[in-house]
Amino acid sequence: MIVADKKPVEEIIDYVTDCKNILVLGCNECVTVCEAGGKKEVEVLASTLRMCFLNQGTEVSIDEITLERQCDHEYLEEIRDVADRYDAIISLACGVGVQFMAEKYHSVPIYPGVNTCFLGATEKRGLWTERCQACGNCMLAITGGICPVSRCAKRILNGPCGGSSNGKCEINKDLDCAWQLIIDRLKALDRLEDYEKICSIKDWSTDRAGGPRKVVREDVQS
Amino acid sequence: MRLQYPANVKIIRLPCTGKIDLIHILRAFEKGADGVYVVGCLEGGCHYIGGNLRARKRVEQARKILDLTGIGGERVQMYNLSASDGPLFVQYAIEMNEKILELGPNPIKLKKDAAA
Repeated sequence: MIVADKKPVEEIIDYVTDCKNILVLGCNECVTVCEAGGKKEVEVLASTLRMCFLNQGTEVSIDEITLERQCDHEYLEEIRDVADRYDAIISLACGVGVQFMAEKYHSVPIYPGVNTCFLGATEKRGLWTERCQACGNCMLAITGGICPVSRCAKRILNGPCGGSSNGKCEINKDLDCAWQLIIDRLKALDRLEDYEKICSIKDWSTDRAGGPRKVVREDVQS
Repeated sequence: MRLQYPANVKIIRLPCTGKIDLIHILRAFEKGADGVYVVGCLEGGCHYIGGNLRARKRVEQARKILDLTGIGGERVQMYNLSASDGPLFVQYAIEMNEKILELGPNPIKLKKDAAA
């Protein structure tokens, strides 16, 4: 899932400081799971903003809505009739949702309420770690299901490098060396011969190096 | 025991302090409460294992938000006691009441009243 973190409230207040009608718009998907932009976080942010403004003696109306998703037309259409009522919309969705909102509703400024961080997994409640960089050319089949692109600090495809020490990466002693993990995993799978194969130069054109990307699936288009 | 505690303390009963959510505390202040305190079981003595520890974290979160909004984080407090310790319950109620009286009313309540 897309992992996001809360933005400092002070930063959000700066965006909307002159607004009188504000909508805090949550998203029921990834940002709900990582506890940054779901219904609960919408309630807390809206309440915080209300108290801030009240304490400043400013009368501001703050509404709360949480959509199923903010990255699909049909869900964003649900606020079509109300969007124009606001001076500002704070979207607690990931960067995709914020942008899609801004593309759809031109008359209202859309502000981000979270910092979108990475594609990751929930290791435990309150701890999310990166697992994928969406390089567009998945090589997990040959690396034992452990991604050197997202988990190796150098993104090297034939590792480990000389900075690997006792299974940890030189940039941080708490960070596992991805290539050590790959070797351990391949050994456990009795597939160490795969490790001996030299990985050829990766086609990075499917990564961000090729500019903004798109997936076109004519077979599912209507 | 028939112990007396300050009459301006309104008790909201919960099955466990772990049931309290951050938004419950914030809404109380939004609606004009001058202070909120959460009284849970002793740490390590939760019937649901960690309910009171969760409550403590939520009280801390509320404290930060109240500081940020200018209402004052000291208006929210977590206390722990044994379920049978009535005198301590009274002591905490008196302590909190005195603290809130010293701090004065919730500033947003004053602003709301002034605007009305």
